[in-house]
Amino acid sequence: MQLKTMEISVGAFVIAGVLALVVLAFNASGLSYKSSDDSYILYARFENLAGLSERAKVSMSGVTIGRVMSIDLDTEDYVAVVKMSINKGVPLSTDTSASILTAGLLGEKYIGLSVGADEETLLAGDEIEDTQSSIVLEELIGQFLFSRSE
Amino acid sequence: MLNRVQALGVWCLRQCGSVGRATLFLFNALSWGKGFRAPFKRFIAQVFALGVLSLPIVLVAGLFVGMVLALQGYHILVGYGSQEAIGQMVALSLLREFGPVVTALLFVGRAGSALTAEIALMKTTEQLSAMSIMGVDPLQRVMAPRLWAGVITLPLLALMFSVMGIYGGALVAVDVLDIYEGSYWANMQSSVSFYEDIMKGVMKTVVFALVVTWIAIFHGWDATPTSQGMSRATTATVVQGSLAVLALDFILTAVMVGGF
Repeated sequence: MQLKTMEISVGAFVIAGVLALVVLAFNASGLSYKSSDDSYILYARFENLAGLSERAKVSMSGVTIGRVMSIDLDTEDYVAVVKMSINKGVPLSTDTSASILTAGLLGEKYIGLSVGADEETLLAGDEIEDTQSSIVLEELIGQFLFSRSE
Repeated sequence: MLNRVQALGVWCLRQCGSVGRATLFLFNALSWGKGFRAPFKRFIAQVFALGVLSLPIVLVAGLFVGMVLALQGYHILVGYGSQEAIGQMVALSLLREFGPVVTALLFVGRAGSALTAEIALMKTTEQLSAMSIMGVDPLQRVMAPRLWAGVITLPLLALMFSVMGIYGGALVAVDVLDIYEGSYWANMQSSVSFYEDIMKGVMKTVVFALVVTWIAIFHGWDATPTSQGMSRATTATVVQGSLAVLALDFILTAVMVGGF
């Protein structure tokens, strides 16, 4: 009997440890178990990402509708290519525009989508044509100084 | 003068001998022994002693470490107006450093010292010699289950420590400091990576576990069989174990993160 309670508590201990890993994986790192079944892939090209990272949010009207999956450099045009996965339940019109925004003054970067008027929707693997790069503070300051000196 | 040189030589030889014995000891203690059922029962008993009985101290410590991290982090971050990033700060510091290191230090104090004292007493009362005479290998019978139990339990304890810390941090940040709950978790999820942060922390704890348990059982095995020898062995376990954890933490972090 003594041995039995000990074995049970050891079993519970191991289960708790594995559960802890699962909790960390899903709650802390936001590892998503969603398969590609309920999302589709879109691409967008940006001149400057300025700190956008993989797994950043893709949101529309402040609601998260997807995540950045990967970021690559297009070595022909030297622009950044962002691969996003978007929830299947959100159809986007072909003239949707994407811009890189910042949450708060110093917060994380994310992609904000704004809705278009076209009736046709983007299909999996399509590219969002209308993109706006992130505002880089140094460039803004440079422009400001340049315009002041004239 | 010559005596000094001789003393240095003796000291060096003794240290080398100790390292050599410890290495031989480790390789012999890794072997599981024949059969499965009986060694497995001994292993379970050790998981209970090292893991389950260490749970209260680890969970409570994790809760408080997480709470204090949130409190301290808040006062730093609020100066930059970015107190929303507190979830990220708490989770990353727990998963990368505090979880593995603090749990390993607690483990040295709670379980390592007990292991050394137990084995040293077995040696002092000649139980280990008795086993050898009966043809039972004390390394397989006594050391192997303890070593394996240590390697298994410390990573699990560290994971639970981190979970408690993250929820403790949420408790302080959300309920006391009025951080919006959504941004606590969202900031954390967008910055913590499963492989880079969580799994690398787990790898660290596996190394810590092996080294700490090894140090503990070796000092028990190598103790001078007197009451003074036992107390010296226990002290040596705690001191060397803690220093080994901290030094290894630096080395492992340097190797994993780079920067050299």
